[in-house]
Amino acid sequence: MVGRPEDRLRDPALESRAQEIGRELRCMVCQNQSIEDSDADLASDLRRIVRERVAAGEDNAAVMRFVHDRYGDFVLLRPPFNPVTALLWAMPFIALGGGAAVILARRRRAAGTEPAPLTEAERRRLDELERGNGA
Amino acid sequence: MSESPTSPPQRSRRWMLYAPLGLAAAAGAGFWVMLRGLQTGEYDPRGVPSALLGKAPPDFDLPPLEGSDLPALAIADLRSPLPLPAPVLVNFWASWCVPCVIEHPQLMRLSREGVRVFGINYKDRPADAAAFLQRHGNPFAKLGRDEPGRVAIDWGLYGVPETYLIDRQGLIRWRYAGPVTPDVLDKDLRPLLRRYA
Repeated sequence: MVGRPEDRLRDPALESRAQEIGRELRCMVCQNQSIEDSDADLASDLRRIVRERVAAGEDNAAVMRFVHDRYGDFVLLRPPFNPVTALLWAMPFIALGGGAAVILARRRRAAGTEPAPLTEAERRRLDELERGNGA
Repeated sequence: MSESPTSPPQRSRRWMLYAPLGLAAAAGAGFWVMLRGLQTGEYDPRGVPSALLGKAPPDFDLPPLEGSDLPALAIADLRSPLPLPAPVLVNFWASWCVPCVIEHPQLMRLSREGVRVFGINYKDRPADAAAFLQRHGNPFAKLGRDEPGRVAIDWGLYGVPETYLIDRQGLIRWRYAGPVTPDVLDKDLRPLLRRYA
């Protein structure tokens, strides 16, 4: 939890909603932190804006939309599902499906193939080993 | 286990030996392309497209910079009368911003060539901003002061400098986050200024 205590909202219910929203929003300066976790100037400006809007009675979706309209999909730490992000969202299923396909193919092959018959050379070598003069 | 090269299952799996090698080679090539792109500036891992591309800039009305005779900047300057006589640039900058110093000569050159460059001074002290323009020259036809940084957030700004190209219809066509270097000027900005002229 960063930011000055005096910037927090007095009403604990509103403040916790503001934090809930802030944790969903990426700090565009540090990029891998939410605005609630970042010390960057821009993050603190956005924290203040989120709190103003929450205090003014906007619901979470409206506050998120305000920031999303200005900063685009990248500002959302949980990206929305749209044509651009479809591959991103589908990736776990593609990976899972690929893995399942590999396993199935291997099973089918293991079940379907007889061990190859011994070649003439192998048979001779085996006979020699069995007679005890191999190695 | 037999080492016989003629046994079929072993031959069919030989490619698996080379698969990791191939994968590593492909990854290496990708990495090399990325590094090269970083060097030439064609690839920016932090670059994020502006959410405002193709849209009109947000409403704003900024105060002038005291101590300069530059007129203030407001949305009306980007909106009326449409179509604008030529595309304009809007540049967010600050005196405390080091890359802005690198960028400044390019802005000066553009303004000498007759391109309209509007400035928005971001989170700065008026005296510092005025001193910066005194020292490095003034490229701005108009200049607004965004001390609280609120207008910047409406534009989706995430650092200074940032430069926006507004076409003659008053729509944002390009956003560049970072200093407009001579390279960016020649490779990106000049062709765009021609295209939207």
